[in-house]
This record gives sequence, C-alpha cells and structure tokens, in this order.
Amino acid sequence: MDKLLKIDRRIIFVFVALAVTIPLLFRFKMAVPPTRHVISMYDKINALSEGSHVLISFDYDPSSKEELQPMAVALLHHCFKKNIKVIGMTLYPAGTGLAEKAIKQIGKEYGKKSGEDYVFLGFKAGSSLVIMNMGEDIYTAFQKDFYGKKTVGMEALKGVSSLRDIDYAVNLTAGGIYEAWIVYGREKYNFDLGVGCTAVMGPEMYPFIQSNQLTGFLGGLKGAAEYETLIDHKDRAAAGMSPQSVVHVLVVCFILFGNFLYFKSGRQK
Amino acid sequence: MNFLKRTVPMSIAFVMGILMAFQYYVPHEASQNLLKVVTKWGMIISGFAMFIGAYSLFHMHWNRIKQKVSGWGYSIFVFFGAGITIIFGLYNGGEFFWDDKQAGTMFDWIFDYVQVPAASTIFSILAFFMASAAYRTFRARNKEATILLISAIIVMLGRVPIGTMISQYIPIAADWIMSVPNLAAKRAILIGVSIGVIATSIKIIFGIERAYLGGGD
Repeated sequence: MDKLLKIDRRIIFVFVALAVTIPLLFRFKMAVPPTRHVISMYDKINALSEGSHVLISFDYDPSSKEELQPMAVALLHHCFKKNIKVIGMTLYPAGTGLAEKAIKQIGKEYGKKSGEDYVFLGFKAGSSLVIMNMGEDIYTAFQKDFYGKKTVGMEALKGVSSLRDIDYAVNLTAGGIYEAWIVYGREKYNFDLGVGCTAVMGPEMYPFIQSNQLTGFLGGLKGAAEYETLIDHKDRAAAGMSPQSVVHVLVVCFILFGNFLYFKSGRQK
Repeated sequence: MNFLKRTVPMSIAFVMGILMAFQYYVPHEASQNLLKVVTKWGMIISGFAMFIGAYSLFHMHWNRIKQKVSGWGYSIFVFFGAGITIIFGLYNGGEFFWDDKQAGTMFDWIFDYVQVPAASTIFSILAFFMASAAYRTFRARNKEATILLISAIIVMLGRVPIGTMISQYIPIAADWIMSVPNLAAKRAILIGVSIGVIATSIKIIFGIERAYLGGGD
C-alpha cells in the first residue's frame, strides 16, 4: 500500500504519455457539442454583413500556441468565409510570428489579399496604452502595417478610424491583457468584445460574461473545437479532443485511486 | 539632487494622475487630443522599457557567469540564443534592419523551429507534473477538501467531450460550478483587487506611496 502511495512519478508520466499518444495514433472521433458562450461568439460574427470589420488581437506566444492558435485559425476561417475584413494585431512581441502565419495561410486559402481583405498591424509596445491610442485614432497607433505599408487609405481599413468603428473584436489571450481590452477598450469605446483564452484562465472570464462585458468566450482547446464544429471545419482542435478526454479521465482515476489508497492505508487518522 | 530624484517625479505623478483621472470624464476634443498625445508618449516609453528589460536580463546573466554561481553554464545559452536571433533579425535576409521585414528569413526559421517547439514542449510538460501532483496530493482530508475534490472531478469531466458521453448532467453541473460559486468568488477577488488598485493609485498621486521612485541616493 505504501509503495503504491509513493509510486515513482516516472510511472505516472508513462501513463500520461500513453494516454496522449494512443488516442492520437488510433484517432477516434468525439462529438463536441457547442456550449452557449461559444455559440454567442459565433452568432455575433455570423450576424455581421460582408465588409464588416473584425479585430483579432493575437495576445499570446508560442508557449500557449497549442490552445490559442486553433481558435485563431477557426475564427479566421469564419471571417474569411463570410467576406469579413480582418484587422490583426498583437500586444505580445512573440505573437507576431504566429499571428502572421495564421492570417497569411488562411487568407491564401480564401484568395484574400493583404491590405485589401485583411491587414496585419503587427506588434506595438505599451499594452493598455496601445488600446487607448487605437480608441482615439487607429492610424496614430499603427501608422504602418507589419509589412511597412501605410495604413492611411488602406482598403482593409476603409470606414475604420478608431476602435469605435470595429464591428466585433476578439482578444485571444494567454495573460491578463484581456482586462485592459475590457476596461480601456470595450468600456471606453463601446464595441462588442469576445475573449478566447487558455483553459486555465477560463474561470476568470465568468464575471465579465455575466455583466455582458464579454459577448462570447472560447475556453481552451475545447472552445476552439466547439467553434470548429459550428463553422463545420473540424481541424486540430477537434482532433485534440480525444487525447484531452483520455488524459482528463486518467487524472480523475489517479485522484480516485490515490484517495482509495490514502483511506485504505489509514493515513487520515 | 533630492529635487530631481524626488520632487520632480512626484510632481509629474501628481499632475498627470489628476489630469488623466479627470480626462476620462471629459469628452471635449481637447481632452481627447491630450489622451492621444499622452498614450503616444506612453507607447514610446514602453519601447524604451523593453531595452531596459533586455539590459537587466543580460546584466543578470553576465553576473551569474562572472561569479560562476550554480547553473552559470545555462546563462551562456541566453547570450548565445539572443545573440544569434538578434544577428539574424538585424540581417533581415540580406536586406538589413533598415528595410521592411523580409519573409522566410533565418530569423523566421529560428522562431518556427526553435522557439515554437521549445516553448510548446515546456508548456506540455505541465500535464505530466499535474497528473503526478493530483495522484500524490489531492486528498479528501476534510470537508472543504472533499468539496474541492468533487468539484474538480465534475469540472474536469465536464470540460471535455467524454463528460457528455458519461452523463449529460456532468457538463450542466460543471457549468453551474463555473457560473455560480466560481463567479461569486472571482467577482469578490476582482472587487477587492480593484479597490486596492484605486487606493494605491491615490497614494501614488498624493506622494504617500513612493516605492516607484526606487531606493538609495
């Protein structure tokens, strides 16, 4: 009993590795029914007419790519499919590479052109200050796009002078920057905002959802998988649901087994 | 000296603090223009702050190497990694840094094939440690711990599609936990933190809190 309680952690690691790799090798599909918060983000974007502007702030870096990049890809598919103009930007210096790759690749699939159908503004230092500056004048905050083209007169930004003119904004975040988007962006400049975040950050969003400060929320890989289901474009997030499910069940089994041993050994006394 | 180190920064903090707090409530054009200018200043200062950040990182690792503290060898890789990335970033695929960013350069290669996999690997290791920690430490030692344990199991299962396959009530229960007890706790923390931020801001504006001025003479 004591041996099992003090089991070598490498044995647990082997179980986790198997729980991840086996479902990936034998790909079994799982239904991913969309939840209300994901549906509300989908509905917001789906209700926009052609030529509307959706701003996506890719505020994450490679460490959270596995959870947030599938969200970005799914959102871009939805926007481009509906001929919505996408304004991409990042407040994370390491976010540029991932954001540019996603916009460029998905844009290419739909024959979209940079500067005309979408614009990638790149990175700007200053976090909340950038948001406030964009709220006053988007062209002062970003005078040039990521590729060095002047933003003034750009087709993709036609009709947009500040954050007030954005039809919907999504903040894909791996940190606390979403609060700046709510406080200095949504509240001050009055635009609809949705958040996509890592699963571990999910619980933090609920107060803002209840107060309607957030209209739509994607939580972790499951949020991305639900969005893929809604746009009928199952991709990496949906494929990741089976290993994630197995690992969750494994962790639950570990907890139950650990507690069983704990009580059986009489340690609680 | 005290005038430059204390009086000037404290006066700037006072004037700007009061000005920007009132600015929020004034929708006049002059007020909006002021915000535009001030936020632009802030963005420029943030850019310089990144240089200071890089300087402190290098300074710290240089000292670790110089003093040969335990694990100093890793600090060499900080210089090695940063050096190579900076060189290729400035080289910009042969067009150099004064030109617009070129696509498909060595800088992009380093990002795609070194930084992305390395960062993803570090993040994914978490799953292994979490599973091990859950097995060893997550015990129903008392009433509170038991409630936490049951909630955790429900949320863990309710947040993956397999939860729906086990029972349709699991995701409903998980959503209730997140939307009611979690929300109440999070909002309480949020309000507490916000009041703390307001209090600290007032203390900074009126010169009561001076830690931002730094220590020493």
